Amino acid sequence: MAKISMIVNGNPVNANVDPRTLLVQFLRENLRLTGTHVGCDTSQCGACVVHLDGKAVKSCTTLAVMADGHEVKTIEGLAADGAPLHPMQEAFREHHGLQCGFCTPGMIMTAVDLVHRKGHDLSDEVIREELEGNLCRCTGYQNIVASIAAGAKAMAKSDLA
Amino acid sequence: MYEFKYHRPGTVRQAANLLVKNEDAKLIAGGHTLVPVMKQRLASPPHLVDLSHIEGLDTIEMKGRSLVIGATAKHAEVANSAIVGEAIPALAELAGLIGDPAVRHRGTIGGSLANNDPTADYPAAVLALGATIVTNKRRLKAEEYFQGLFSTALEADEIITKVMFPVPKKAAYIKFRNQASRYALVGVFVAKRPSDVRVAVTGAGSDGVFRATAFEEALKKRFSHKVLDGIAVPAEGLNSDLHGSAEYRAHLIGVLTRRAVEAANAKD
Repeated sequence: MAKISMIVNGNPVNANVDPRTLLVQFLRENLRLTGTHVGCDTSQCGACVVHLDGKAVKSCTTLAVMADGHEVKTIEGLAADGAPLHPMQEAFREHHGLQCGFCTPGMIMTAVDLVHRKGHDLSDEVIREELEGNLCRCTGYQNIVASIAAGAKAMAKSDLA
Repeated sequence: MYEFKYHRPGTVRQAANLLVKNEDAKLIAGGHTLVPVMKQRLASPPHLVDLSHIEGLDTIEMKGRSLVIGATAKHAEVANSAIVGEAIPALAELAGLIGDPAVRHRGTIGGSLANNDPTADYPAAVLALGATIVTNKRRLKAEEYFQGLFSTALEADEIITKVMFPVPKKAAYIKFRNQASRYALVGVFVAKRPSDVRVAVTGAGSDGVFRATAFEEALKKRFSHKVLDGIAVPAEGLNSDLHGSAEYRAHLIGVLTRRAVEAANAKD
């Protein structure tokens, strides 16, 4: 077993884990943060995307022990329970950016990372290119792209990062 | 995934000692190749030595006429580095074409080179630019480093610490990627160096990355895509699989080399 400690959604977390525990397993099974999904489990689909030290990563391909000493943010960390949604979440709701919703947490975490890196004024082309590592099997992406463009703009006026 | 013991050394020396002490130990940095193969149980190392917390191993800097990239520099860091963009923009572009944004936030140049996947991008740049792989023990020229599929000159307790790229006069990388895996079906890196021209091909060779010497000879006389008319790479020795036949890959090598030369010339 390995002792790990990290900050998850702003809260310090300590645990003893088997070193082969994936970050996504740790989040879902130890911390019960089940918003992060396991889709393909082969680093292709992006349903498991979380932020590690502020950068989008695939938590199904990251060992929990490697995140020891670092900061993790999941979809649950974007906005507090009961508080208004994060502007990117709100944009997905408003623009019907989801159908079954399985890919949505990863889509939103990828989108927020994209805004942090490339700003608030995103062309459809840039958004589509950046969604390379996120698969959606329902929407055909049209509304996801529209949601991200709108969410990026809304983030400029919001206090939520 | 099978059980393993996890080690987190603070220095390259400690990491090397762990490799000596623990037979069959594997190095991990970003884990974006190793973790997937461990999940599939294609690899089951009893010890993992994590290089990702060694300070200074990801430095990107110019040293004289060479661009030096630390082994644990991530693809996103190379792609976005102003130093790389200034010195060898083709290398920054190549790094930005690997995988997807989340993969580029974890995968490292040292990991890619140590694994030497025959469809990886970095080997083409290293071979075409005539880079030197620096390890904890010695310096390896690109030509001696790559030794076939997933095979390199690295010894069991040897660790890549940095890669030194001599700055070329012109260079470009053109990749025809597999739509599903994002790996190169064929990728061609062309470099016009002070003394010669090199054309390195990844994704196509059944023995890994290789140089297209017929193209190099022609381009050395005149660095224009026009001199490539009538020259072809033979299909023998190229990969043939469900993604494309050897003939198709041979054709792609010609097309991508022409495009790479045009792209390199367009950067003036």
